[in-house]
Amino acid sequence: MIPASFAYARPTTVDEALQAIAAGGDDVKIMAGGQSLIPVMRLRLAAPETVVDLTKVAELRGVREDGDSLVIGAMTTHTDILRDPLIAQYGKLIAEATETVADPAVRHRGTFGGALAHADPAGDLPAVALALDAEFVIAGPGGARRSVPASAFFVDYLTTALDEGELLLEVRVPKLGEGWGVRYEKFNRVAQAWSIVAVAAAVRMEGGRIAEARIGLTNMGSTPLRATATEQALVGADVSLETVTAAAAQAAEGTEPSSDLNAQADYRQHLARVLTGRAVRAATGL
Amino acid sequence: MTLTDEPTTAEAPVKEVGNARLRKEDARLITGKTTWTDNMVLPGMLHMAFLRSPVAHATITNLDVSAAKDRPNVVAVFTGQDFKDEQGSIPCAWPVTPDMVNPGHPSIAVDTVNHVGEAVAIVVARTRTAAVDAVEAIDVDYENLPVVLDMETAVQDGADLVHASTSSNTSYHFVFDAGEAGTGSDTDAAFRDAEVTVSRRFVQQRLIPAFMEPRSAVVGVQGDNYTLWSATQIPHILRVMGALTTGIPEHKLRVVAPDVGGGFGGKLQVCPEEILALLVARRLGKPVKWTETRSESLMTAHHGRDQVQFIDVAAKKDGTVTGLRVRLLADMGAYLRLITPGVPALGAFMFPGIYKFPAYRFECDGVFTNKVPTDAYRGAGRPEATFAIERIMDELAVELDMDPMELRRKNWINAEEFPFTTVAGLEYDSGDYEQATQAALELLGYDELRAEQKRRRESNDPVQLGIGISTFTEMCGLAPSRVLGSLSFGAGGWEQASIRMLPTGKVEVVTGSTPHGQGHETAWSQIVADELGVPFEDVEVLHGDTAISSRGLDTYGSRSLVVGGTAVVKAAEKVVAKARKIAAHLLEASEDDLEFSGGKFSVKGTPGAGLGIQEIALAIFAAHDYPEGIEPSIDAEAAFDPVNFSFPHGTHLCAMEVDTETGFVKIRKYACVDDIGNIVNPIIVEGQMHGGLAQGISQALYEEAIYDADGNLTTGTFVDYLLPSAADLPDFATGNTTHAATSNPLGAKGVGEAGCIASTPAVVNAALDAVRHLGVEDILMPLTPERVWRAIHTGGDGGARAAEGSNAYGGARTTESGYEEADK
Repeated sequence: MIPASFAYARPTTVDEALQAIAAGGDDVKIMAGGQSLIPVMRLRLAAPETVVDLTKVAELRGVREDGDSLVIGAMTTHTDILRDPLIAQYGKLIAEATETVADPAVRHRGTFGGALAHADPAGDLPAVALALDAEFVIAGPGGARRSVPASAFFVDYLTTALDEGELLLEVRVPKLGEGWGVRYEKFNRVAQAWSIVAVAAAVRMEGGRIAEARIGLTNMGSTPLRATATEQALVGADVSLETVTAAAAQAAEGTEPSSDLNAQADYRQHLARVLTGRAVRAATGL
Repeated sequence: MTLTDEPTTAEAPVKEVGNARLRKEDARLITGKTTWTDNMVLPGMLHMAFLRSPVAHATITNLDVSAAKDRPNVVAVFTGQDFKDEQGSIPCAWPVTPDMVNPGHPSIAVDTVNHVGEAVAIVVARTRTAAVDAVEAIDVDYENLPVVLDMETAVQDGADLVHASTSSNTSYHFVFDAGEAGTGSDTDAAFRDAEVTVSRRFVQQRLIPAFMEPRSAVVGVQGDNYTLWSATQIPHILRVMGALTTGIPEHKLRVVAPDVGGGFGGKLQVCPEEILALLVARRLGKPVKWTETRSESLMTAHHGRDQVQFIDVAAKKDGTVTGLRVRLLADMGAYLRLITPGVPALGAFMFPGIYKFPAYRFECDGVFTNKVPTDAYRGAGRPEATFAIERIMDELAVELDMDPMELRRKNWINAEEFPFTTVAGLEYDSGDYEQATQAALELLGYDELRAEQKRRRESNDPVQLGIGISTFTEMCGLAPSRVLGSLSFGAGGWEQASIRMLPTGKVEVVTGSTPHGQGHETAWSQIVADELGVPFEDVEVLHGDTAISSRGLDTYGSRSLVVGGTAVVKAAEKVVAKARKIAAHLLEASEDDLEFSGGKFSVKGTPGAGLGIQEIALAIFAAHDYPEGIEPSIDAEAAFDPVNFSFPHGTHLCAMEVDTETGFVKIRKYACVDDIGNIVNPIIVEGQMHGGLAQGISQALYEEAIYDADGNLTTGTFVDYLLPSAADLPDFATGNTTHAATSNPLGAKGVGEAGCIASTPAVVNAALDAVRHLGVEDILMPLTPERVWRAIHTGGDGGARAAEGSNAYGGARTTESGYEEADK
């Protein structure tokens, strides 16, 4: 299909980007790779007045350390993530999930920040960011910065805490080092498809017991979700098949997944339980 | 005279046929260094875009195009009213019964729309963008009519009608009864006397051909002459049908299929858009182009399969089959296109498969629904038949507590029984089912996998293993013209070829069999290299342009090599015969004393003296010295009409892992051994097998066109109409046995559809074999994880999938405005 006509800006700095967004009129879309935006525009589901393309904003691209955190620039591509040594060392959960995103062509253009700001609950990275309690660093129209925790960032279906005129700059996640085990367990019908359901699990073990458990659910509602009941059941428990299985049985509690061609709601809830069990078992080395 | 290019004198290889040549056309096809139809640009060319119906069944009560006409760069806007007197009907060339009801198929809706996606208005503009933009300015009011979607409901008395002009939704009732035809005994008696009967209802879901290159048409106008470039499989048929439909005289219409990117039967069609492009070009006197989007293609290009199959088998307790009864409901969609009604009728002859049924009866109702028409899709009738028979043989084996392969072996035609006339009246020419089966069992590692299956079952492993069998045959190489005539098909099945010997010794081969990715240029070059003894590289194959290739019947039904390739052989034989006279003259010898070998005529017993056929080409071009009483040319053409179909066969085995916790099925190993007769190019064969297997497996596991309750195509993008990639498919272990076809001198049987026809039941049988001990007897295709899980845990066949809701772009669904975001 052919998109409706639109104005196009390609800034090279964050300041220029903020100005382009401010000057873009009533309906501005920020393009951070275009792997979701362009198809939607081609189907004429979206017909923005202005598209601000961030591809040339070099300062938004890359991964760095800041104390106990990894700081991931919003324009870091999925391919960048998969090749980054810091991610390899401290961000294995992000890497595992990123590996499953679509196909190589999409991963080459699609970006970490773009995927999060798009906030598709079937996307793989929102649940990971939520599980990791990521912090979203946002720039406002005048250049003012604010930080939003993941728990407040994902507001609704395709809707985030980003206001009009704002720009996601970077995402801060805790380094997961010694003692942490992770697993992104994705369930889909073909390799390049979105998740029907997926589970992001990060578990820290200490002396044969589970000290911390973070479990994010992909596509189990209008936003990514935490499997809170399962997390609570795991913390303090011994690392055994029985405790993990019992805890995983609570993974779908409080979820209201959608029904569609690939799965009706009850089956999604079943999958969430099975996949959570598998993810935690893999993360804990069971 | 001087020639810049000396005749090639390099020795041709000993034998090209059988050589694993890389395809000579691939470099340009893969890198795009060719002219696809959408690449065509003509001076002053205008662009067409369609407004398509967002509703499945309605009366058009108001259609206002005035705002669209005022949009920038718009040249004209047309509706059905503008063309109602000249658009005729999309032709249906296969009236399978004398009383078949064909309500006619307008290319653009006039008063009513009968499926979502039907063309309602055409914008013609100076740019494609302007045309697409202006479509949004058209205002239409529809008064909805009842929507007919379900065939089993549609055939009931008093059902809502798709077409007000018809008395029911049944287009035709086609019967083949072996007892009446004299090819078998009485079927009712067979069932009455049966010791065991098994009855099943199988569903062939609706599929979409999903060729890689979208459909595209360009019409050029030169006075009252028209050239239609189209991404079609059938330029020759399209020329005839396009002329008859539009009234453009046939000799004023040239059709060109340039390089075409796939078809799978989906481009075996006279498309409404092709006819409308001709009508618009004629009306405006200007060249026009139309290229579809992918969503448009999925919604409006014809679909395939879509049958409900009721099948009964009768047998003795020892497993000997005694009767077969088939009743089909076949979804025609809203209209009859080129061979819509013929697809299930073609399948009628294949339900008995490789088995010696003494009695057989087949009935089929063609049923109208408010969906896009169905028509040919890779295998066309034969995959449906193969699925049903191979599935029910497994069901019979379960009923009799027999090994499924033993049951097949007990009933199949033995090697020494060929040629064998089946209960459907077909004469199978050659083959050896036991040999192919033994080879396939070894390729799969059957015994080891059976042992593993037993272990997994005994340990109650969450991942169960199953092995599925499909011992199939098919009829292809379409086809003997007289047989097609007896089936009321609107054309013959011959094929044409001509060979032009150029002065420099190069060879042009003109084929009427138009490729769309199969590799004709390579295979035909190999054949001609052997026949004429010229180097492979010296052969160029021309095709697809009715001005160059005036006669032909195009590419479908695994017919190209079997029929078209044979025509090439026949033309080459004529070239050699003509050259022989000239050689005799120049060598001053008797024709009878000449032998032709390696491209050279030589006099028997006189070593050294000789004349190459490429030298003769130059000699006869100069024509200074040639025998009196013959024409100064060694060019030749030939047509070939086979006397029988060809019957590839094979044994396909699938080992399937089923995750009983999630319902996910994964092919562990796939092995097949096919007998496709003699092989011209093993690489092309391997490619056809892999592609066919992918499509057949995909029907079993992934693909399904789903309409929601209102008749909207929910699977309107590739996000929801699921196709696998290489990442989702296993390695294929393939092999061949060779029993030459007896119906053509190449001994070839055709390989284009074999993998697609054979594989689907093997995959489903494998999944069922893995979970049958858990009480599962059937699972609807495609075997989505959800269906498999439900069948295991709650019984039944997995049930219908949700028909609404999508993973695509926030649950995008078709609406009056095109798409909207669904609530989620």
